Amino acid sequence: MSVLVFAEATQGQFKKAAFEALTYGRQTAELLGTACHALVLGPADNLAQLGRYGAQKVWHVTHDHLASFDSQSWAAAIAQAAEKTGASVVIMSHTSTGKSIAGRVAIRLGAGSVSGASQVPSLEGNELHVVKPVFSGKAYATFAIKTEKKVISVMGNAVRPEEVGGEAPVEQLSIEVPAPRVQVVEVQRVEGQVPLPEAEIVVSGGRGLKGPENWGMIEELAKVLGAATACSRPVADAGWRPHHEHVGQTGIAIRPNLYIAIGISGAIQHLAGVNNSKVIVVINKDPEAPFFKAADYGVVGDAFEVVPRLIEAIKRFKAQQN
Amino acid sequence: MKLLVCISKTPDTEAKIQLTPDGKQLDTSGMKYIMNPYDEWYALVRALELVEAQGGSVTVINVGPSSNDQIIRKALAIGAHEAVRIDAEPTSAWFVAHQIAAFAKNENYDLIFCGKETIDYNGSEVPAMLAELLDLPFVAWASKLDMEGNTATLHRDIEGGVEIVKVATPFVVSAAKGMAEQRIPNMRGIMMAKRKPLKVVEPVAVDDPVSVVQYALPPKKKGVKLIEPEHIDELVRLLHEEAKVI
Ligand SMILES: Cc1cc2nc3c(=O)[nH]c(=O)nc-3n(C[C@H](O)[C@H](O)[C@H](O)COP(=O)(O)OP(=O)(O)OC[C@H]3O[C@@H](n4cnc5c(N)ncnc54)[C@H](O)[C@@H]3O)c2cc1C
Ligand SMILES: Nc1ncnc2c1ncn2[C@@H]1O[C@H](COP(=O)(O)O)[C@@H](O)[C@H]1O
Repeated sequence: MSVLVFAEATQGQFKKAAFEALTYGRQTAELLGTACHALVLGPADNLAQLGRYGAQKVWHVTHDHLASFDSQSWAAAIAQAAEKTGASVVIMSHTSTGKSIAGRVAIRLGAGSVSGASQVPSLEGNELHVVKPVFSGKAYATFAIKTEKKVISVMGNAVRPEEVGGEAPVEQLSIEVPAPRVQVVEVQRVEGQVPLPEAEIVVSGGRGLKGPENWGMIEELAKVLGAATACSRPVADAGWRPHHEHVGQTGIAIRPNLYIAIGISGAIQHLAGVNNSKVIVVINKDPEAPFFKAADYGVVGDAFEVVPRLIEAIKRFKAQQN
Repeated sequence: MKLLVCISKTPDTEAKIQLTPDGKQLDTSGMKYIMNPYDEWYALVRALELVEAQGGSVTVINVGPSSNDQIIRKALAIGAHEAVRIDAEPTSAWFVAHQIAAFAKNENYDLIFCGKETIDYNGSEVPAMLAELLDLPFVAWASKLDMEGNTATLHRDIEGGVEIVKVATPFVVSAAKGMAEQRIPNMRGIMMAKRKPLKVVEPVAVDDPVSVVQYALPPKKKGVKLIEPEHIDELVRLLHEEAKVI
């Protein structure tokens, strides 16, 4: 009857997404009056630390077939682990991994599923009610999961990781894992940067910046804030910035605590990817730019004057903090 | 090659979302619909390119009511060879995946294309479910797909990078931006589409494990607080003390 949280590790390290899923899982387990367990697949460092985020026990599966990612092998392992440990709810992160496996795990377990949940569920009779943003953030929908087994994937930055305990006992779980049919040839990572979907602060530039040569100040602002950089679609299409920075309807959707939009008009397709940000700051020289309607704070002014001033102001602020 | 492309219908990107007064349903009066952009721009076009290079056929499939025929005809106008519509309301990812799997099971497709997600429910669930039901490998959010013989090399978007993978056909792939360039149907395509076969298939019986019980609109923004460009320190103070985000 327990809640099993698949805690995802990247290159053996647990990231924020795993702690968020655990916090979500711990709160779901409390709602159901049951235990919260973590599941780790493949090699990872410091498994016991998952106890700090609410895992009462960590199940660890090691197997040759888990050496690289394949949706089929991983989903099979998770579904079997759920069955072996008597879990009725499986929780994971709505990451590139989660998107590859949540549907597979749901089918294997005969479980109803909701992907990209933004709030901890509520219990209505035997159903779990799960809220998620739909229509690219233009509305929220509450889904009722009616099956006995349930699968939920949790949207990034939707819940804050909460530390509630100490280390958890780690137990090995032996499982038959089918051989991967998808072979990972290579993983190319952008080094030394906060990955955009995980970033708490995002500094984003649009066509108003005129050209790629003007991105120095965007990068510097991001650096002083410990932020990731993003851009609007025309900027990526023009090759001013790499495609993985493109946010919006056709790019990626993010929900950082702070989104700073510089020289971006705020077209609806752009907003679709960022309107779930907690706080939005818009810097635009046109007071009529639609983005101001979606913003919390705005500066009407020339980015080439405002941004250098903002960098200096943040530096002063950081210096005071220390 | 025998290819299947799953296409779905979604409200237009510009559509304003309104609810019935009790919030139990969407108010769809006057709503404009389009083919889901990932299905149209990337999945369908890449499938057509493969067939143009190596021969074969592209079938598009949709689970939906007869009002979806318009977007299905558009897919035929862009170049798909034939279409199948499973005549049922697409009530959940589970329902849709079971319908497509039931149809595809005995058809031996070399490759099944989906979009990375629909822009209405943003689920990203149908492709993975379909792959599991058909016992096929699956590559999610692929931004590049090249075939050599029966082996594909794909680039898959992951957090902070790209994963390059190889897989042999048959498999399921979900398409992200980058996999192809959008094609606009021309007059000839539109005329030809009228004569291409659109087969309507009865659904199989499937119980929905989930359903939407309530919708809500996001809380309205309080309105923007404007800061003078000369007083940027004030913005920093507000972000720290009021918004508490730095
Ligand atoms: C189906 C579809 C999907 C789309 N998907 C996306 C998507 O995913 N993401 C996306 O971003 N777009 C998307 N678009 C495009 C979108 O509609 C807009 O065209 C795009 O977002 C505009 O980018 P922009 O704001 O950078 O440029 P512009 O609209 O050109 O705006 C530039 C802004 O910069 C301001 N500016 C100019 N100079 C300065 C200065 N010196 N200082 C300060 N401000 C200045 C201007 O006032 C203006 O508001 C999509 C469009 C369609 C049709
Ligand atoms: N009703 C449908 N008919 C056919 N294909 C669909 C349907 N709904 C979703 N799909 C496919 O599954 C993909 C992902 O959808 P989703 O899981 O709903 O985000 C879409 O991009 C389509 O390729």
